[in-house]
Formats: sequence, structure tokens, C-alpha cells
Amino acid sequence: MRSDRGQSAPLGLKIAAACGLLFLHLPILLIFVYAFTTEEKSFVWPPPGLTTQWFAVTWNRPDVWEALSLSVRVAAISTAIALVLGTLCAAAVSRTRFFGRETISLLVILPIALPGIITGIALRSAFALADIPFSFWTIVLGHATFCVVVVYNNAVARFRRTSGSMIEASMDLGADGFQTFRHVVLPNIATALLAGGMLAFALSFDEVIVTTFTAGQQQTVPIWMLEELIRPRQRPVTNVVAMVVVLVTLLPILFAYYLTRDGDQIAGSGK
Amino acid sequence: MSLDAAISRAPAPAILPGSGGLRGAFSDLFWRRPKFLLALMLLPPLLWLGIVYIGSLIALLLQSFFSIDEFSGLINRQFTLKTYGDLFQPANLDIILRTVTMAALVTFASAVIAFPIAYYAARYARGRWKALFYLGVMLPLWSSYLVKIYAWKLILAKEGILTWLLAKLNLLWLLDAWLSLPIVGGNSLSVSFTGTFIVFVYVWLPFMILPVQAALERVPGNLVEASSDLGASPGQTFRNVLFPLALPGIVAGSIFTFSLTLGDYIIPQIIGTSRLFIGQAVYSQQGTAGNIPLAAAFTVVPIVIMGFYLWGAKRMGAFDAL
Repeated sequence: MRSDRGQSAPLGLKIAAACGLLFLHLPILLIFVYAFTTEEKSFVWPPPGLTTQWFAVTWNRPDVWEALSLSVRVAAISTAIALVLGTLCAAAVSRTRFFGRETISLLVILPIALPGIITGIALRSAFALADIPFSFWTIVLGHATFCVVVVYNNAVARFRRTSGSMIEASMDLGADGFQTFRHVVLPNIATALLAGGMLAFALSFDEVIVTTFTAGQQQTVPIWMLEELIRPRQRPVTNVVAMVVVLVTLLPILFAYYLTRDGDQIAGSGK
Repeated sequence: MSLDAAISRAPAPAILPGSGGLRGAFSDLFWRRPKFLLALMLLPPLLWLGIVYIGSLIALLLQSFFSIDEFSGLINRQFTLKTYGDLFQPANLDIILRTVTMAALVTFASAVIAFPIAYYAARYARGRWKALFYLGVMLPLWSSYLVKIYAWKLILAKEGILTWLLAKLNLLWLLDAWLSLPIVGGNSLSVSFTGTFIVFVYVWLPFMILPVQAALERVPGNLVEASSDLGASPGQTFRNVLFPLALPGIVAGSIFTFSLTLGDYIIPQIIGTSRLFIGQAVYSQQGTAGNIPLAAAFTVVPIVIMGFYLWGAKRMGAFDAL
């Protein structure tokens, strides 16, 4: 196999890589410390004292709960729509070659390849032109559009690894198209879809740029945080919410990773 | 399960009869006419993306050819290039130039920081460490964007951890000297271009690491060894072997870092000076100023820049590294 196995890296490379990873992680860890600080007015370091009272204060804030509920509902419905659209698109693109196939991949990727502000303002001006008032559904419309790509990417990767001969075998053995989908295709792509769905949920839960254009007066959790960042009302509450948001997005990511980690084997390709 | 059941059954006739019913009819139809199935599968996503997304984009672009009446503030729905004329006023050109410069600097810095992480993960990390590196990049990538910005507001604040650390190291004079510089400086790091730059690099760095790592994974280790066997110094190996092979990955990553910096309006608003970036200009034109045509014309700038960028990236083979 590879001849470099067991060889150790040059010291400089090790240090550079370690510093890079620390740069990525230390700021997030800092959030956890600030959630316990007793200081109310400034971001002073080191914290003058530690307390857990802000958790209780945050728990009793109705605006935080409203924002959380709206975010979860929007993310759930956007994820459901993205799952259907993304899987259909991935199945079509990976199974067949047809004219315009590349264009479709590009079309799916475009909503995240172009800056979010363009998607946001385009949707807003379209709503204005069509006289659609801002509502729960205008937020979902925006979120579902850019969530499709995460589901699509996961599903396409899995379809590529799933050998086509399994579908042919199923058909040869007399299963009709629906049975093949139910018993052969779906079990193969289920974990990829679940992972894609998790990531789509996390993406929607965290989205702020497009949402500022499509939300009107309603507040999702990121919009709430943005308000607090621009016009701080109670800094300790923001600290606690920030920590909770980190934890809430962490779990789906870890779970999605767990679901797709054994991706190297190709199903149905065994000798 | 169903496969096993099907195998144990008695030998089936070579040509199966239709399975009957509406379901069977559809199944047979899909099998006989795969194009019909394909069209049926593509229709919902294409309708959604076509109407919601492309439709909105076109509506936006059309509005950039309208103009605003300067006296009444109403939008005049007649074809004109006047808005594009307004776009090329010196003040607006300044904004565009500032944003593109920032995007280029951020892209360069991300590539420099990303390379060692990606190289270590691709070539040396094995097993448990490999997973750790992967998660180590994925977790910050997916952590909340606003929380990351907020964390940096805590770090860069005048009373924050960075000032404290520098004071402990007796390096405060260095910070003060840097902050007194004309363009990059300011009252404190959280209201300077330096702060904006650091946060941009931090937030987009994972988008650079992943494609560079993917490109480096494909470089066989014995290529590097062959290069040093033939007498190349590590620096020469990097310049002549590793870097050219990693370049498509770097270009792929730079698509994200560049595009995301071009369009962002939240980072410079929270951590930065009062001088605008393209994203902020768009936001204020459509919001407080109510000048949708100019906002639309402004969004054309990143679209055009990214169009050229993507075209160039495709020619360099960057899309294979994604």
C-alpha cells in the first residue's frame, strides 16, 4: 500500500496544523465561559465571577422561546421540502445522462454559490412585485431553496457509491419499480438522506442573511441574536443563547457525521 | 429480505406478465419509458428552483434597469441605464474596490492558513486522528455564523481577552502601533478593518480547508518521495509538486471565500468601520434609502465578478476538487 505509513510529519507542519485548529476552536470555547460571567455591561476578561443565574433569566424570557419555536418550525418544514426535492434531483442526475445535466447541478448549487444577500434581495423584490405579504411561508420558501443543495450533495454521493446492478437485480427478480424503491433503493440511501436532512436542519436553523429579507417582523433565533448584536439589551442573556445555539447545532452535525462515516465501501460491489 | 424471498420462489417465466392495477401500470410505464420517469423526477425540483429562485433573480435584474425618481422617491418602471450610471459614481466604485480587495486578501490568508491543516490531515493523519481532523474542520464550519461573529466581538473588544493577553505579554505597544496605522487601524480592533479581516478569515476558513484537503488526498505520497529522492529540497517539492497539484483545490476553496466575502453585510456591520462594503450598500439602498433599482444594480457586481471567477475556475479544473 502506501509507503508513507508510519512516517511522522515535520515539526513545523505539526505546529502550523495545530495552531490552525486552535484558531478554529478557541473562539467557540470562549462562548462557554462568557455564559457564566457575572459581568453585565461589558465583555471584560477575565470574568470577575462565575454564576448560573443567567440560565434562569433566559429560561423565563418569552421572546427567546418564541424565536426558538419559529426557528424549529421553519427548519422542520424547509428540511422536509428540501428532502423531497433534493432526492428527486439527485436520483435523476445520478442515474441517467441527459442534455442539460450539468446545468441542473449548477442550478441546485447556485443558491449557496451566489452570496446570500443576492438570494435574499431577489426573493424580497419578487415578493414585493407579486404583492405577497411576509409570513411564516415566505421564510420557508427562502430556506427550502438553499437547503436543497445539502440534501442533493449527500444523496448524489450515496447514489454514486450504490451500484446500479442492485436495482437491475431487483427488477430481474420480479420487483416492480415501487418495490425496488421501497426495498432496495431506500435502505441504501436512508442514512445519507438522514444526514442530509440533519445538515439542512442545521443550515436553516442558523440562516440569517436570507431570513432578514424574507421574515418581515417575525424573529427566528438568528434574527433575535442579530438584533442583540446591533442593539444589545441584556448581554448575559445573549451569551446564554449563544451557548445553547452552539450545543443545538453541534448534535445534528455529530450525528450526521456518525451516519455517513463508513462511506468508503460501495454497497453491492463485493466480490 | 425481499430479494431472498424472490430467489427461493419457483423459476419464473422468462417474460413476466404485467403486475396489474394502477401501481403496476405506472411501474411498467416507468420501465418502458425511462425518459418519462426522469421528467417526472426532475419536474418538482426544477419548478421550485426555476420559479422561486431563477424567477426572483430575473425579477431583481429587471429592476436594475428601472430608475428612481429623485423628487418623489417613487420607482419609475421604464427601461433606462441611468441606474448603472449611478453605480459608477466614485463613491460606489470605492465600495466595490474595497470589497474586492478585502475578498482577495481574505482568500489569500485563508489559503495560507488552510494549507498546513489540509496537508497534515491528508497525508499524515490516520484512523482516529483523521476523524478528529475531519470533525475539527466540520464543527466550526457548521457552528452558528452569528455565534462565531459574537465570539470575535468578545475577543476583539477593548476590555476583551486579546488586549488582556497582549498586556500579560507586554506587547500592548505593538497593538497600539498597529491601531495607529492609517487604513487598517482604528479606535480598537473591533472597529477596524483588521478586525473585519480576521473575522472574515475565521468564518470562511473551513470552506477553504475541505477542498484543499480533497485535492491533496489525491496526491500519491510516493510523488513527494520521488521528488526528494531526485534531490529536491522540501521547498522545491512544495513549489514544483505539491502546490501545482493542490491548486485546483485552492481555487475551488477560493470560490467560497471570495463569493462569501463579496456578499456579506453582517460581519462588516458588527465588526468594522463605518465605511461600507457591497453587501451593506445593497442592504441600505433597498432598506432605508428605498432605492431598489440601485440595490439591484449593486448585486449585479458580485454576480458578474463571480461569473468570471467561476469561468476561470472551471478552466483550471477546480470543480473536480469540490
